[in-house]
Amino acid sequence: MAKDGAAGFLTTRLEAVVDWGRKNSLWPLPYGTSCCGIEMMATLCSDYDLARFGAEAVRFSPRQADMIIVAGIINAKMAPVLKTIYDQVSDPKWVVSMGACASSGGIFNVYSVTQGIDTIIPVDVYVPGCPPSPEGLINAVMRLQDMIAKGATRAQMRERGSIEQQSQLA
Amino acid sequence: MSPERMGIPNTANIHIEPATVNDPDDLWGDSRVIVNIGPTHPAMHGALRMVAQLNGETIEKSYCEMGYTHRAKEKLGENRTYHQFVVYTDRLNYCSSLLNNVAYSLSVEKLMGLEVPARAAWIRMICAEMARIIDHLICVGINAVDLGAFSYFLYGFHQREEAYTLIEKLCGARLTTSFTRIGGLMYDAPDGWEKEVKAWTVETRRVLDEMDELLTGNKIWCMRTKGIAVWDKKQCVEWSVSGPVARAAGVPIDLRKTDPVMFYKDVEFDVPVAQNGDVYDRYLVRMEEIRQSLNIISQCCDKMKKGPIWVDDKRVRIPEKEVVQNTMEGLIHHFKFFMTGFDVPAGEAYTSFEAANGELGFYIVSKGTPRAHRMRIRGPSVWHYQTLTPMVQGYKIADMVGALGSINVIAGELDR
Amino acid sequence: MDIRALVTSADAWKAQIEKIKIKFDSSIEEIRLPGIYPTDVPIIYVKGNALTELLMFLKTDQILDYQFLSDLTATDEEVQPRFEVVYNLFSHSTKLRIRVKCRVSEGQEVRTATAIWPGANWAEREVWDMFGIRFAGHPSLRRLLMDERWEGHPLRKDYPLRGYQFFQTSQEVDTKNLE
Repeated sequence: MAKDGAAGFLTTRLEAVVDWGRKNSLWPLPYGTSCCGIEMMATLCSDYDLARFGAEAVRFSPRQADMIIVAGIINAKMAPVLKTIYDQVSDPKWVVSMGACASSGGIFNVYSVTQGIDTIIPVDVYVPGCPPSPEGLINAVMRLQDMIAKGATRAQMRERGSIEQQSQLA
Repeated sequence: MSPERMGIPNTANIHIEPATVNDPDDLWGDSRVIVNIGPTHPAMHGALRMVAQLNGETIEKSYCEMGYTHRAKEKLGENRTYHQFVVYTDRLNYCSSLLNNVAYSLSVEKLMGLEVPARAAWIRMICAEMARIIDHLICVGINAVDLGAFSYFLYGFHQREEAYTLIEKLCGARLTTSFTRIGGLMYDAPDGWEKEVKAWTVETRRVLDEMDELLTGNKIWCMRTKGIAVWDKKQCVEWSVSGPVARAAGVPIDLRKTDPVMFYKDVEFDVPVAQNGDVYDRYLVRMEEIRQSLNIISQCCDKMKKGPIWVDDKRVRIPEKEVVQNTMEGLIHHFKFFMTGFDVPAGEAYTSFEAANGELGFYIVSKGTPRAHRMRIRGPSVWHYQTLTPMVQGYKIADMVGALGSINVIAGELDR
Repeated sequence: MDIRALVTSADAWKAQIEKIKIKFDSSIEEIRLPGIYPTDVPIIYVKGNALTELLMFLKTDQILDYQFLSDLTATDEEVQPRFEVVYNLFSHSTKLRIRVKCRVSEGQEVRTATAIWPGANWAEREVWDMFGIRFAGHPSLRRLLMDERWEGHPLRKDYPLRGYQFFQTSQEVDTKNLE
């Protein structure tokens, strides 16, 4: 709008508009396996209300979601399942690794626990804590939104071809 | 979503047995379907998996699988000192971690022949009952969500957040508290904490009445839960089912009454027992248990007095900061205490405590070293989850969701 | 100070132990009583061939009445015989607990308790999974916590704490397991 009320126009890049749309309508797939899943529930519920950040449309089907929140431990038995789910999510997709277990194995440096889900799938944002407080997860979502606006997430870099299409599962 | 496609890349080799008997409900001849539910299905709390053979919507045969969150806590128990292991007990039943802390500390103290001072025991009792309330609120809430009553869940969840605020004041963490120490507590409760707790119990009682009005008489809820997934008294004993699930079927056993530790002898509370053993009765038992726990908490708040929170025993007591920072001996003692841990005298004990879901037992075998020889954790969830297959046989698959919610299987405690 | 400071005598179990001794005298290896040995409840070491009979007797006898199987597990003792299978029993009527143990060497089988308590099913599967002790007559003895393709039994003392095993695919559906 111009100052005198006449309809004005705005120029921008198509990419920027698309990214703006993407960042404000994240559809999370809650992959809660253990303790962090409870804190993720608290984040999605009324007291902390993740809906304020445009991420309330929780979808349990990987086909409909675009942000996987891996909340909790991934072990040897679960790792192939997570990989399958990640592959089923359509591009562009984002991964938030919530909590110490998912990010690095945490206090469980043992035979059964995957030492970080980034050995299986690419991760965009890590949230520290065991478990992280709901504020931590909200901060992670905001950080992810910034990254999407800048086009700095792994999915967008793959789209542009700046990193190779990769399958990290050896 | 088609759950059978999640996580199972190859289903080509599945062979389905044709029907052998002539079943009047069998609409499509021998066209039985195998459905894989989980391990990441929203209705399978946490990471549980069930494979069911369906005839129409009726579950004919099934089997359950677990181990998707196995974190080797029993092995870690043999590789960590007794104080270090407190942290791992938080992650057993993460809905009620304070309760696990209390149960674990009690079991090691039993092995060492220690008894904590009165104030510590009262605070532990408040913690345990608060954790029980939180656990039950989540259980009934999620059970209702699974059957379609979402707003009900939010009432309980808010009250739970309030409880977490109180727990945060106590130990600084919301979920994974690590609050107890062997022979004492991490901190004393802050001034006026018990008054806030008491105010919280009054408010919770009001919210509970609201929740009762919302759901207990609700026609849809009753139809979805009454007579579903019945597990009777005899079966409960045979299958080692304990806690609210057993009490809903008429087993009048509560370990707080039969084997009272701390001051459970000195507080008044009732043990709710129902008869039918279906999903609805489990819900009623849990709701009544929340009220009884609130009773216990307000009694504890009245009876609690100022006093020491550490047992007077050099072996387990964490050295005072004053001594550590000002004397050489104190520093050495502190270093040795945390680097090597303390020796627990040789012996073995199975200590059980009434956790939110049932009998939580720690079977610890010590050979007189700072690390346990065997740290067995008897979580009630394992024994409850194995009853799911026979429990839901012949019911509709939608009823399975209600049944699973009502036995309250927590993955952290199930897989350990 | 150890556990004996809290548990002073074994009087509560005295009559029960006598009763068990009369019936199973030849098959009991050892009885450890609280107060003398550092334990909270009496431990009965029984020979493998009489294990299920003893458990059945403890469960069905009117006075003993240990009808509740609190826990079933095993320990790795690192001596010969290597393992001990442990049964923690609880009586709802007398509110007493008792512990039955059975020594097993590596490769030796134990008779299953699933005929006595159907709920022992998964606990025995877990013992097989974690310790590699087989239970003769078990309806479906397969791994419980670990993947079917896992190698080794993690809770054995010679198994390392770390040693991740990697699988490309998740565990497949096996219709043989349907019950």
